[in-house]
Amino acid sequence: MKNTLKTFFALLTIVALSSFTYLGGGHGYHIGDVATDFELENIDGKTVSLSDYKSAKGFIVVFTCNTCPYAVAYEDRIEALNKKYAELGYPVIAVMPNNTEVKPGDSMKAMKARAKAKGFTFPYLMDEDQKIYPQYGATKTPHIYLLQKTNKGNIVKYIGAIDDNYQDASAVTKKYVEDAVDALLSGKEIEEKQTRAIGCSIKV
Amino acid sequence: MKYTWIIGLMLLISCKDATEKEKVAEVKQTEGTEVILEIFDFDGLQKFLRTTDDKTYVVNFWATWCAPCIKELPYFEKLNKEYSDNVEVILVSLDFPSKYETKLKPYIKNKNLQSKVIALNDVDSNSWIPKVDESWTGAIPATVIFNKDKRKFYEKSFNYDELETEVKRFLK
Repeated sequence: MKNTLKTFFALLTIVALSSFTYLGGGHGYHIGDVATDFELENIDGKTVSLSDYKSAKGFIVVFTCNTCPYAVAYEDRIEALNKKYAELGYPVIAVMPNNTEVKPGDSMKAMKARAKAKGFTFPYLMDEDQKIYPQYGATKTPHIYLLQKTNKGNIVKYIGAIDDNYQDASAVTKKYVEDAVDALLSGKEIEEKQTRAIGCSIKV
Repeated sequence: MKYTWIIGLMLLISCKDATEKEKVAEVKQTEGTEVILEIFDFDGLQKFLRTTDDKTYVVNFWATWCAPCIKELPYFEKLNKEYSDNVEVILVSLDFPSKYETKLKPYIKNKNLQSKVIALNDVDSNSWIPKVDESWTGAIPATVIFNKDKRKFYEKSFNYDELETEVKRFLK
């Protein structure tokens, strides 16, 4: 009887703990965590890792795709981020996290076509095994992780949206990602480290 | 004399304004006979997110372009029909305003949606997402179920059984 009770309470604890973790949104990275590197296939057929970028100061990792209207609305702004910040040491690394069987419009072929049509100058990688985005904790497209390279690894400095107006780039009042990168470049504290935006759930 | 002129001119302008406004309202009304879509910013939406009456409310955030949302929409419709006595489903569309006429309204009409459909147009999602629920990362579909005593938030897709099970927990 005693043993049964013990088992019961042990189980209860496990259930309570696991549900608590769930409620706490404990998935993925928080600000200050070390982000994993990866080796993912780019649209040019080569693989790309963060460690390839010897002189980078950090990375603007963008989980995005072809098929989500929100991601599409931000395509030009993602390209603009790369144009502005790659030479300052913070290149954009775009990762497409969707299951392409569910979303054929996000296939490697479709990714290549879109990158060509839009003239993307950043790598557009496919998270083919869908193992990278869950580690980061990305839940939607677009979803941005700003990383800063340090001796301890690539530290997560900002998580969230690109800016505060997905509908109209000219009506943006807060450029979250730009403000965050500018802060890192000038050695200041990032004011808004986490923001939220509507996006398309990542297709599994 | 000079002033009379100016006043006259001003009157003329304001009269013209008034007639133009009336015309606009008229046009909107005739369009509205097809599908009437109420559009809110988040302040306006807030009244749909709390209640003092005895009903249980199921508020689903969706969009016509969101495949998993479209897939689960029939379950919300079924729930709204089968529990019409004490449950009300509200479908909050996050379609882009430019798609209201071309995508959203035709969808509501073609699918003959019976649940209440409203549109949320508020670009500053960073400020309103946590007000819906602190745990919401912003992915859709997302659903809030609440009555006057309790509420629960779900950032996930539902099948009918799951949805019914969750709603039953709110019914006494």
